[in-house]
Amino acid sequence: MSEATLEVSGVTMRFGGLKALADFDLTMRPGELVGLIGPNGAGKTTAFNAITGVYRPSEGEVRVCGESVNGRRPHQICARGVARTFQNIRLFRELSALDNVRVACHARATSGFFDALFLTGRHLAEEARILERAQSYLAVMGLAHRRDELSRNLPYGEQRRLEIARALATGPKLLCLDEPAAGMNAAEKLELMALIRAIRDRFGIAILVIEHDMRLVMGVSERMLVLDHGVTIAAGTPAEVRANPRVIHAYLGDAYLEEKHLPVPVPAPEGAP
Amino acid sequence: MRLLRQLGRSFLPFLVGLPLLFAFQWALQASGSQAYTLLLTTVGVNVILAVSLNVVNGATGQFSLGHAGFMAVGAYTAAKITLALAGTRLSFLPEPLSDQLFFALALAAAMVAAGLAGVLVGLPSLRLRGDYLAIVTLGFGEIIRSVIENMKSLGQATGLSGLPLRTNLVWVGVGALATVVMARRLSVSTQGRALFAIREDEVAAEAMGVDTTGYKVRAFVISAAYAGLAGALISHAILLATPRMFTFVRSIEVVVMIVLGGLGSITGSVLSAVVLTLGLEALREFQAYRMVVYAALLIALMLLRPQGIFGTHELWDLKLFKRRAPPKPAPGAPGSGGAP
Repeated sequence: MSEATLEVSGVTMRFGGLKALADFDLTMRPGELVGLIGPNGAGKTTAFNAITGVYRPSEGEVRVCGESVNGRRPHQICARGVARTFQNIRLFRELSALDNVRVACHARATSGFFDALFLTGRHLAEEARILERAQSYLAVMGLAHRRDELSRNLPYGEQRRLEIARALATGPKLLCLDEPAAGMNAAEKLELMALIRAIRDRFGIAILVIEHDMRLVMGVSERMLVLDHGVTIAAGTPAEVRANPRVIHAYLGDAYLEEKHLPVPVPAPEGAP
Repeated sequence: MRLLRQLGRSFLPFLVGLPLLFAFQWALQASGSQAYTLLLTTVGVNVILAVSLNVVNGATGQFSLGHAGFMAVGAYTAAKITLALAGTRLSFLPEPLSDQLFFALALAAAMVAAGLAGVLVGLPSLRLRGDYLAIVTLGFGEIIRSVIENMKSLGQATGLSGLPLRTNLVWVGVGALATVVMARRLSVSTQGRALFAIREDEVAAEAMGVDTTGYKVRAFVISAAYAGLAGALISHAILLATPRMFTFVRSIEVVVMIVLGGLGSITGSVLSAVVLTLGLEALREFQAYRMVVYAALLIALMLLRPQGIFGTHELWDLKLFKRRAPPKPAPGAPGSGGAP
């Protein structure tokens, strides 16, 4: 078996008295597509932030390709192969679509400031390479025709796609998508699902998707993790997760279970703060 | 041969610019209008200051108010060197040439010293954002000034006087050209785009692999080095370096220039530096009201055109100058440098 791309073991995030994430475990192998779901405030984005270095885990360890990245800054973790998108789109608004992607290509650049100021051959070769790569990523995400538009002027769905293109351009081994389908209509969501699959097949990278839309995430992922109040309440294939009473409870509440004459699960002891 | 081509590419703007500058200097001397030399020097120095500050305040989006402090570091470093070397000359060179060689050395030292000061200030303070950074840099500028005012070897409040006249329009022109070339090359490079990314969204820039602290410090250091150059040039034109030349009012003047021209626009800062300097010269009698005029200008600008006259645009962005290359058809798959 090949080495795990990402190993998260026992990660806990505490903010003062609040335990936003408790004892979170996740192992991802190359080419795996994992969904992370849970109701609002379940700690999904907190888990992302702990993986990508925005937060330093209070406890536990995050390893990327076997190397511990605890306490590393986000750009260092990015250089080790973890890229992400944001729940609320965070493009470089005043830069063109092309430049947004070119910034991300910079993560793999080797020329420095002096090369840029003196226009060394190395620098020019690098710029040409970056341009070509950026254009190819725009093309992959179907944005080639938007190359020179300012990213803030793009329609919403294309902004989401541009964020994915930008994340891909950092050359990741693991791509973390934070609610990529938020605000999309049904048709756009279907398209996005196909696109996420295509990206995985094409680049062979592991993808971790946070999603609210159960149908989207169940359709796209092979394995799922369900968070509620920071606690992992279920893990497994979409079918297993769907049948899990604790998941139904977390999403729909006691009333629904009673109405359907299903057993109401005992709340997790270490659960709610 | 390859080296020669490389050097040609690196210094092309200077190969073109130097003969023009020498010709201009010669024409000015021939026509006997020496009176304009100092004014033109001031214009050039302000261009250097504005364009270099724009690398930090405009391109990177970090609000620095300490430019005068770096100017002072450069001015005093260069002044100390030229004063120490005033009597000596290289025997194999004619005297003016030998003096100019020493001046070149002094200018380089001024840039290095100011750059080092930039590292010292930048490393601790660039973790701060917005107003906090502005206050820290403002404080730093004042610290430099009060250190100078209390150092015997730097002449305390009276400063260093009797500097040799070394600055000429060729030096000023080369300095201004070097600053513009630096800013321009940065703005079209991947390093420059990383700076823009920091301005646009620091969190996203960091997540996309930009070492935000490192890049902010680098931008700060480059900008400080050019401020040092400006300080060295102006002090060897007015033959004086006093702490009064480098108060925070000087920093604010530069900030007004770049805000007026458009934060992030190189041509905008060049133009507004030229216009403001000449305009103030024309309004000489009203010198006392200078800060009032600046304040009024800023208020009017914020009301009428908050992004500055040029915004983030450049003169060379105009359709007129644009040779638009048709977008190349992107290759289907990313190269081998793509995803692993």
